Amino acid sequence: MGVTRTPTSLSQGSQTRGGIGESTLRPDGTLKVTGEFAYSSDMWHEDMLWGFTLRSPHAHAEIRSVDTSEAWKQAGVYAVLTYDDLPTEVKNYGLEIQDTPVLAHGRVRHHGEPVALVAADHPETARRAAAKIVVDYAPLPVVHDEASATAEDAPLLHPGRDDHHASHVPHPNIVHRQPIVRGDAEAARARADVIVSGEYEVGMQDQAFLGPESGLAVPAEDGGVDLYIATQWLHSDLRQIAPVLGLPEDKVRMTLSGVGGAFGGREDLSMQIHACLLALRTGKPVKIVYNRFESFFGHVHRHPAKLWYEHGATRDGRITHMKCRIVLDGGAYASASPAVVGNASSLSVGPYVIDDVDIEAIALYTNNPPCGAMRGFGAVQACFAYEAQMDKLAAELGMDAVEFRQLNAMSQGTVMPTGQEVDSPAPVAEILRRVKSMPLPPERQWESAEGTGAVAGTGIDVRALPGGLSNTTHGEGVVRGVGYAVGIKNVGFSEGFDDYSTARVRLEVVGGKPVAMVHTAMAEVGQGGVTVHAQIARTELGVTDVTIHPADTQVGSAGSTSASRQTYVTGGAVKNTCELVREKVLEIGRAKFGTYHPAWATAELLLEGGKVVTDGGEVLAPLTDVLEDQAVDIESEWRHRPTEPFDLRTGQGFGHVQYSFAAHRAVVEVDTELGLVKVVELACAQDVGKALNPQSVIGQIQGGTTQGLGLAVMEEIVVGEDGKVRNPSFTDYLIPTILDTPTIPVDVLELADEHAPYGLRGVGEAPTLSSTPAVLSAIRAATGLALNRVPVRPEHLTGT
Amino acid sequence: MRVNFTVNGRPYEADDVWEGESLLYVLRERMGLPGSKNACEQGECGSCTVRLDGDPVCACLVAAGQVEGRDVVTVEGLADYARQRAAGGCASGACGDAKNTGTSVDAAQRWEARPADSQTGEAAELSTVQQAFIDAGAVQCGFCTPGLLVAADELIERNPEPSDADIREALSGNLCRCTGYEKILDAVRLAAAREETQTAGTGA
Ligand code: FES
Ligand code: FES
Repeated sequence: MGVTRTPTSLSQGSQTRGGIGESTLRPDGTLKVTGEFAYSSDMWHEDMLWGFTLRSPHAHAEIRSVDTSEAWKQAGVYAVLTYDDLPTEVKNYGLEIQDTPVLAHGRVRHHGEPVALVAADHPETARRAAAKIVVDYAPLPVVHDEASATAEDAPLLHPGRDDHHASHVPHPNIVHRQPIVRGDAEAARARADVIVSGEYEVGMQDQAFLGPESGLAVPAEDGGVDLYIATQWLHSDLRQIAPVLGLPEDKVRMTLSGVGGAFGGREDLSMQIHACLLALRTGKPVKIVYNRFESFFGHVHRHPAKLWYEHGATRDGRITHMKCRIVLDGGAYASASPAVVGNASSLSVGPYVIDDVDIEAIALYTNNPPCGAMRGFGAVQACFAYEAQMDKLAAELGMDAVEFRQLNAMSQGTVMPTGQEVDSPAPVAEILRRVKSMPLPPERQWESAEGTGAVAGTGIDVRALPGGLSNTTHGEGVVRGVGYAVGIKNVGFSEGFDDYSTARVRLEVVGGKPVAMVHTAMAEVGQGGVTVHAQIARTELGVTDVTIHPADTQVGSAGSTSASRQTYVTGGAVKNTCELVREKVLEIGRAKFGTYHPAWATAELLLEGGKVVTDGGEVLAPLTDVLEDQAVDIESEWRHRPTEPFDLRTGQGFGHVQYSFAAHRAVVEVDTELGLVKVVELACAQDVGKALNPQSVIGQIQGGTTQGLGLAVMEEIVVGEDGKVRNPSFTDYLIPTILDTPTIPVDVLELADEHAPYGLRGVGEAPTLSSTPAVLSAIRAATGLALNRVPVRPEHLTGT
Repeated sequence: MRVNFTVNGRPYEADDVWEGESLLYVLRERMGLPGSKNACEQGECGSCTVRLDGDPVCACLVAAGQVEGRDVVTVEGLADYARQRAAGGCASGACGDAKNTGTSVDAAQRWEARPADSQTGEAAELSTVQQAFIDAGAVQCGFCTPGLLVAADELIERNPEPSDADIREALSGNLCRCTGYEKILDAVRLAAAREETQTAGTGA
């Protein structure tokens, strides 16, 4: 209300209500507000058992022996499984590199690695039995950073690697290395009037989705298993699960349960194989639900990074060159590290025109927790560093930081460091202009605030101050700062990946009305894909009633709910299949009625309002008459345009499908004495190509912005030099509450990308990038401190 | 151990409860009422918020034995609770005479998990705050939603015209990872405004 501006050009041609461009309500909304929506942790089956996972207390250790005999003796225990119980020769899994053990064998490589499984009749029984498993560990030296990973005598995390990156990396503890060289950075450097450089650091962020890893595996009579699960990609899970179980894929039937958020953290497997193993072994349904402590060990995190950057510029404000080196800590297993390296390197330049670059990004194997996909995926780390550099350059040149960015901003036609030309709108200067022109929030709002939080007699509302209800300040020592940032993110899977999706659409008459059914394997994780699919079907098929079939593996793959790709790719697949269904319907109509009206043969025909109409608006026949008792049912795959891998030496290649852009302006107030930060406002402008559902688009932008705020001032998994996680709880790993989160006004642009369905641009990730550096820029402006690391903690601000 | 208490206006008896079980576990796993969520089980996220004799509490921090003889309202009973409150009844059940309009134990136990489809449950009667969350777009993954609804409903009951700062303060114990809270604020403002119109309309 009030603060959010929605796009204005939203009502469009569709005659059928609830089509694309409208803020239709979520089809799962009612179930979610009544408590009836069944999340994966809500699954229940008569006679079901509870599974529990025993995890390593060490970051690196040899396992000398595992003794499960005492655990078996506990009443109520049905199974205790270790590595030796795995049924086939396939003992590992992994997204790209199969280096992750289902259960540890001989060695654990990170704190929290799964070692054994228990199934019992009560979760507490399972937990207590697991505590009776005796594992004899002999601790090994811990690899925890680049120096210890690449030292001459460094222990190798994966000796004898034979994955497809093994042959080109400089050290076996480096998962992947991607250099990008374009132009001549050294020669360009000589032309620079000013040069700035810096070392930056990004802490390990957690997705912290609220719905814990969980699911229910039910053994089936045919020897297979039915798995109800929360994931981001059913078919990718299936491809990794089935070989470990020794089952053909059609005997592992997966159905998506309610997913309580994902943000990349469900791209890798967690308890899927474990629950299936226990269910197949005991012959009983097995449910596993992680608690929050276990969840912190149960999924990969955002790669912490160290980034070294150098930029030069001429006096008139043109950037001459950029050199950077980005070191990402991938932890013990590869997960998505190679692709994160590809993103970090190819997007390291930011949304700027820089012709002469020298870039290198690597990901390490260490004994730290495994890192992989998280919203922003490699682009977040780079954006924090290059935006800090932009502020430094502008300051060095005595220029306004926004004008300096606008002067160097990329636009349609700019060539990326990879040699790829940006061939759709890239309104970088415009989104900066828009956030800058939004009115600033009033000063000293704590004095004007009303309500019960006011401190008696002072007229001060501490809730509006840094420190909030702790009542630490009444405004003394509080200074305000304003900062800007902008970022660039790729949409979809890159580097030559065959990134397709499948949709099945059925159109038939039910109860005298035409009804469409859309069936995909897309994981709805909260983003609203189900809402958009129904809207697309309404627009394309001209029917009001659309049913969304539960997502499962009975239909082809939809690819992952990540990389901001689902509306583009699965939305594209739904659109494409609807078009095929429409063709078929018109064919049936022509056969039935073609002789009665020449327009069947001559006019452009559409489906609107449940009827076949000409593009001139003339009604030819209701769908009920065309279809009668016939159903049109089509399943079809759809692909966006292909990409290609980056050259391993030069980084050249048409690597990305699409780019998306967001800009932020942050307003902060800092209590400089206590080092407390209050973010007062975090305004965002983003180009979304076409807002299929404006309300959902704004929800994505505000949610992504808030996760960026979390990384800026509070969120970090603290890992010691011993590789152990210090804060696996919501008591010690803080995510923004409603009191920490400011007003987030959003300005949405819709500049169509002609390559994409409806011109849309993936939305979910871009706002997570620029939010963090904007907040940091504002804190620097308020305090005058350099602040080269996120999250910023009070001691960084007070120097204590 | 055996525990007797009232849930959503209906008496309930739980047998074989282990002393370490929380109210949240009993609701979710023994009563078939999984609406209250389990995002942390350590009192930090508010996703398990229920009302205990009218007060909002984290059900994960309440030992099952502590609810003996007391009244619990969960998200599943929120619509009934709001209806009774509007009718001027003793909504919380705190005055001891349990109403017959709650979820029956029978029905609660027959509750079965089912995958989501487009069954929007439009026939379901929602409370003002539930409808406002849908209309304002305050629901994404929805995992935080049940706890937020119980907390927001309690806020509006206590403070019919909350300021933004009041809303933030009242909901500061409820984490949401998806929405950035803006639309949750919208929803609570909307619910408060609608409640006020309704009250004004009835001349109360
Ligand atoms: S589950 Fe009870 S507060 Fe988080
Ligand atoms: S909607 Fe997902 S946690 Fe709030």
